[in-house]
Amino acid sequence: MRAIVTVIGEDHVGIIASVCSALSQQEVNVLDITQTVLGNYFTMIMLVDTEACKLPFSDLASLLENFGKERALSIHMQREDIFQAMHRI
Amino acid sequence: MINTSEILQTIQMIDQQHLDIRTITMGISLLDCASVDAKIACNNIYDKICRKAERLVAVGQEIEREFGIPIVNKRVSVTPISLVAAASDTNDYVPFAESMDRAAKACGINFIGGFSALVQKGFTESDRKLIRSIPQALATTDFVCSSVNIGSTKAGINMDAVAEMGRVIKETSLLTADRAGFGCAKLVVFCNAVEDNPFMAGAFHGVGEGDCVINVGISGPGVVYHALQEVKGQPFDLVAETIKKTAFRITRMGQLVAREASARLGVPFGIVDLSLAPTPAVGDSVARILEEMGLEVCGTHGTTAALALLNDAVKKGGVMASSHVGGLSGAFIPVSEDEGMIAAASSGALTLDKLEAMTCVCSVGLDMIAVPGDTTAETISAVIADEAAIGMVNFKTTAVRIIPAPGKVVGDLVEFGGLLGSAPVIPVHPFSSADFIHRGGRIPAPMQSLKN
Repeated sequence: MRAIVTVIGEDHVGIIASVCSALSQQEVNVLDITQTVLGNYFTMIMLVDTEACKLPFSDLASLLENFGKERALSIHMQREDIFQAMHRI
Repeated sequence: MINTSEILQTIQMIDQQHLDIRTITMGISLLDCASVDAKIACNNIYDKICRKAERLVAVGQEIEREFGIPIVNKRVSVTPISLVAAASDTNDYVPFAESMDRAAKACGINFIGGFSALVQKGFTESDRKLIRSIPQALATTDFVCSSVNIGSTKAGINMDAVAEMGRVIKETSLLTADRAGFGCAKLVVFCNAVEDNPFMAGAFHGVGEGDCVINVGISGPGVVYHALQEVKGQPFDLVAETIKKTAFRITRMGQLVAREASARLGVPFGIVDLSLAPTPAVGDSVARILEEMGLEVCGTHGTTAALALLNDAVKKGGVMASSHVGGLSGAFIPVSEDEGMIAAASSGALTLDKLEAMTCVCSVGLDMIAVPGDTTAETISAVIADEAAIGMVNFKTTAVRIIPAPGKVVGDLVEFGGLLGSAPVIPVHPFSSADFIHRGGRIPAPMQSLKN
């Protein structure tokens, strides 16, 4: 299943590395990444594939959310379909 | 891949602009639950609701987690109980409501609609029994919602039913006086009721529907309000375009959730109801959208025109985004459930008469309005008659959900809590309509040509 992971928060060292390693531990494959820093705000959007992940989708989403909270980041993981539905005909 | 700004826009809509799916409502036919023995019928009703809706809440929560979109309510609507109970040898229909309530609690849903009767042209004996049971049923149950359809464009208005419903509303309010007449918040009187409405308190599962169906009600006044802030001072053409585009996006999401829920539950998808349903939360108000168009306070001159544009643009935007649109579809104006309406009514800018005018162009009718506790049953009936006439003549659904709050006077605030919010008590006309209501009979159906 393809999903979008968004990571938003104050910029600090190692955000990409920590998020990617958290994803790889759950065998989530990263397909694409875009990332910008606006002012002091870090925004990263990743397209990922959760096919090989053993956790149910909702558990994985909660795990990432908590992982983010510990690092003062807001992390959302949502199925790609919702964005497709809203922005593409 | 979808671009960054689109993704962030969606996340912003959900996180900051209160975008949500307001309800997934499962419609369940109870026609096969009828029995001569009322006890058996009640057990059948409980069993069928529990069997069909067993996984509704769990599936709703799964979808919420996966798509990251809140689904505020999971609900059930059933066949009007006056039809199901007609076969049973009993005069008291309260046990039917109690069975519905127990089933709602067992399934974990937060409202169940369908303690209803359709009497636009006349009463069956069962309709009379049901209507007589409404006050007690709403006072003794927590989650059961009731509705009565008293008129339609094809049948006219059943004025005997209108008179009866004034009395029923008064009695319901008195039986729930300890909760400020809360029972009345669960009771809707309709003209031209629709059979696939997913929104409470007026939801029921019409007889033209299948055995079980999933209907979804979307929301998003906050998103529309936010979008309109980008076009300040621009002509109405642009306002309408902006609302249409926003409604399209919101509805696409509703359609996605509806399809997903229908597939996971193995239940056919019915309709998406394109309604802007406000909540008492700041930033989730329909009144504030109207004010954003340039009105100082909702209720002042221009409000009806603003609402007409909003209601129409929401439908135009949403209709292409969903394969099946139905229900009430439009903008709701429930006073107690809308932070901006509460403020406007408290300041005296929004009156009952203006609200009535607004219902000519919005999706439903006079909704969640608190009036003084000493308002007579006849006055309430007259309010219902006026509202039903608007619906009947204009071929649209209108409804009245009015709360004569026991012991309260104009200026008091009535608290219902949660999504039902709080309502300032607003005045009704002091002049009597009693002789008008006491006539009874039927108002004939209107002409369908010579429209002026």
